[in-house]
Amino acid sequence: MHYFIGGLGHLFVITSFITALVAAFAYFKATTVSALEQKRFWLQNGKAGFYIHAVAVLGICITLFIIISKHYFEYHYAYNYSDKKLPAYYLISTFWNGQEGSFILWMFWQAVLGIVVINTNKFWEGPVMTVFALVQAFLASMILGVVIPGLDFRIGSSPFILLRDAMPEAPIFIAQPEFVPRDGNGLNPLLQNYWMVIHPPTLFLGFATTLVPFSFCIAGLWLRKYRDWVRPALPWALFSGAVLGLGILMGGYWAYETLNFGGYWNWDPVENAVYVPWLILIACIHTMITYKNSETALKASIVLVISVFVLILYSTFLTRSGVLGDASVHSFTDLGLSGQLLIYLLFFMLAAIALAIFRWKEIPTSEKEASVYSREFWIFIGAITLCLMGFQVLMPTSIPVWNKIIGLFGGTSNLAPPADQIGFYSRFQLWFAVVVGFLSGVGQFFWWKNISKEELKKELTVPALVALVLFAVIITLGKVHNFSYLMLTLAGVFTLVTNAKILLSLLQSSPGLSGGAVAHIGIGMMLVGIMFSAGYSRVVSLNNTGMLISKEFSEDFNRENLLLFVNEPRTMWGYDIEYLGERLEPRYHAGFIRSGDVAKTGDDDRVIAKVEIPLEGKTYKVKDTIEIHGENTFYEIQLRRRGNTYTLYPRAQINPEMGGLLVSPDIYRTVTADLYTHVSSVMKPTEDEEWSKLEEMRIKQEQKFFVNDYVAVLQSVDRVFEVEGIPLTNEDVAVRAKVYIQGKKGDYFAEPIFLIKDKMVGRIPDEIQDLGLRISLLNIHPETNEFSIGINTRQKDWVVIKALEKPFINVLWIGTLILMTGFGIAISRRIREFRKMKEKGME
Amino acid sequence: MYLILRWQYGVIMKKSHILILVVIAAAVTIIVSTAGDASTYVGFDEAHVMSTAGNKKEIHVVGELKKDANGHIIGLEEGPDKVSFSFIMVDDNGKEQKVTYSQPMPSDFTRSEKVVVIGSYDQENFKASKILLKCPSKYQEQKINI
Repeated sequence: MHYFIGGLGHLFVITSFITALVAAFAYFKATTVSALEQKRFWLQNGKAGFYIHAVAVLGICITLFIIISKHYFEYHYAYNYSDKKLPAYYLISTFWNGQEGSFILWMFWQAVLGIVVINTNKFWEGPVMTVFALVQAFLASMILGVVIPGLDFRIGSSPFILLRDAMPEAPIFIAQPEFVPRDGNGLNPLLQNYWMVIHPPTLFLGFATTLVPFSFCIAGLWLRKYRDWVRPALPWALFSGAVLGLGILMGGYWAYETLNFGGYWNWDPVENAVYVPWLILIACIHTMITYKNSETALKASIVLVISVFVLILYSTFLTRSGVLGDASVHSFTDLGLSGQLLIYLLFFMLAAIALAIFRWKEIPTSEKEASVYSREFWIFIGAITLCLMGFQVLMPTSIPVWNKIIGLFGGTSNLAPPADQIGFYSRFQLWFAVVVGFLSGVGQFFWWKNISKEELKKELTVPALVALVLFAVIITLGKVHNFSYLMLTLAGVFTLVTNAKILLSLLQSSPGLSGGAVAHIGIGMMLVGIMFSAGYSRVVSLNNTGMLISKEFSEDFNRENLLLFVNEPRTMWGYDIEYLGERLEPRYHAGFIRSGDVAKTGDDDRVIAKVEIPLEGKTYKVKDTIEIHGENTFYEIQLRRRGNTYTLYPRAQINPEMGGLLVSPDIYRTVTADLYTHVSSVMKPTEDEEWSKLEEMRIKQEQKFFVNDYVAVLQSVDRVFEVEGIPLTNEDVAVRAKVYIQGKKGDYFAEPIFLIKDKMVGRIPDEIQDLGLRISLLNIHPETNEFSIGINTRQKDWVVIKALEKPFINVLWIGTLILMTGFGIAISRRIREFRKMKEKGME
Repeated sequence: MYLILRWQYGVIMKKSHILILVVIAAAVTIIVSTAGDASTYVGFDEAHVMSTAGNKKEIHVVGELKKDANGHIIGLEEGPDKVSFSFIMVDDNGKEQKVTYSQPMPSDFTRSEKVVVIGSYDQENFKASKILLKCPSKYQEQKINI
């Protein structure tokens, strides 16, 4: 039992909580006192407090990681989310697999951001860091795990809790309090993916960065510096928009690539909970830029910055309080934090709203109202559209919350979120996206100069024509006929062309300002990519054999799935497609092992080589033990066309304990479309195989013969003195035959054994799984030098696959990269601006 | 000059009013459509009544898996294609119903303490198009692999 490390971790948690409170108080004093001497004193205290806090947070991370990486399974966190087999990079992802860990990750990023703010912005340090430290205190309270004496109320859920304290009623702990499990529960196999390593940190950095503009805004309201907070907040808002957007897109890509949800976006409440704040953040960035350029939309910016942060807190509440339990496919565990989360949400929401209301009258507004030909007007319309877009998602996603609120007032509501989420949300979001597409095209022309009606016509004519031509080409080639899809395509192409025109002119004059144009080109491409890949996704694994896969399957299943027998090519999507057999995944090497080349052991994660297996970095000899990922089975499927071959390895996890079959796709990427393939039915490992009647042959050594159309040679017959699992005495005789079989894809060996033990004849057949053959050595005829070989055949191995074509999905991915590049250009421009102001002593 | 300003001001006021009206109209449309397209949480009895009355809209039913006296789940059947299955669910009113699902069993299904099925009746059979699980909180689970 390692008590010290957990105690240390807990001490760090408590330290981080208290220092956050101290820092918040000191920074608050530093902001409110007017005497310079005292101000300096409090600032120093605040800074010291926050630095100690940051060290404590780092300490929490390190201790928790030590517990995980040293496999201290007496701790609940290590036991529940990891095991000894996990490689180092998944041990890292174990860290944020639990809710407590993800709170720590969030705190960690905010501590880092806090230090960056302290060191870059002296003027705003006091008020901004007050907000920062307060938020950190709330987060630290979530992992405090302290029980208030007498009240039986626990604040927070500690990651450093011992397993026996987490499960006090488990019989083993009652009998044996010092019991330490030998291995942990492991990481959910679906999460054993590199996205699990990089997606959560990105997303939580996105969450954390929304705090920066919020803190600046609150600081601005607090100090009555209504105009000045925007400049330092803007680069952070852009950074936040980029990182949060990247996090969301990574999640979508992960879902597409691994989780087999069939697409990249499913409008699940968890996805919606981050999508809405991101939309509002984008709206907010636009109004902030408008304000910087023309002193309008300041109030809108304030409202939106506050909304973004409150929505982030709201989404945290939604996803972690268990309120969505009946509404989302992601199962949430309620850690008993819902009360605390609600207080966290309400505190910042009400405080920010109250502050904004108190200062509302003082906030300067621009007297001049926007003309229809001004950029401010169009950007404002765009921001409103984005807000409505978010609102449309927020309302239905919050249905479980509405039910709870109605319940609080004594009513009952049995409203549930729309059953067909994808259909419901797409129907609305599509049209919002059309409006956003057109506005970001037109708006950009106003962006650079306020122009008159005539000028606008002149400026827009060429891009509009180019867009129409491009649109006509795309819809003709892509065969787009649906009206709403047509509009989405037109909107996407329009914004792409108009922004490309602006980009071209900017590249000559001032490339540093091109962030907006580049980002909007990305948006245009994303719209077109989404339209094609989601709107025109189609099943290509159509059963064209005219035969049912099985009468027991549903009609749809029989029509949309393809049954592939091993080594029997079919055609699909213009390719020859051939199933080559089951594959296993070595744990420590790249590549795959043919499952026929190894023998199973009692341990699912260990197999024994039957032949020499060369793997990257090491060649395994016969009888070597190879460690594999026992839960994964891959199916090697080859695609061939015009001499080119491409191999797919869709995966299945067959887990009778946890429930049937979990499948992950493999994707064949071409320039114009992705072929998204997953297995939809597989042979069960435990299934009783039906073998044909035994066929007997008498052959000599080195003689060729045919088994089920394959050429075979009896290479040798040798006496052996050891047979696995059977103890042999001096009286016993065992002989092993070595039969070589030439498969269409590689060679196979079968090694059946014939033995006489205790004067009784025994035969151990050998199976070649890929070929569906079982070979036995039936008898030895010394008089003729012949051997009787027995052959059973069975139905060949098979797999049923489903394949979907996702046309032009690359346009979407390229669009996202371009969008991110646009963000990057914009951020660096704003940072340059900020530096210049700093040199002038303005910050 | 003054008149022109007045006139412009007047038009502008109108414009922002129109904008507000449009936003309100859009928001109301969104709320109405949300209420209109929302599904409902009901029991199997009510769902059956709805279905026979011709309302094929998908609904949510909350309940538990049927268990025997020892807490073992009963009525779990794997479909012939191994990627579909059916089970017996007891809704919150205690009504039992066989539910079929045309996808593989979700992981942790048998461990779930609460199940939400989204779907509709097809004759006497409840067809689920989606299953949501609520798994026991970590402080309730008392089983340890030794």
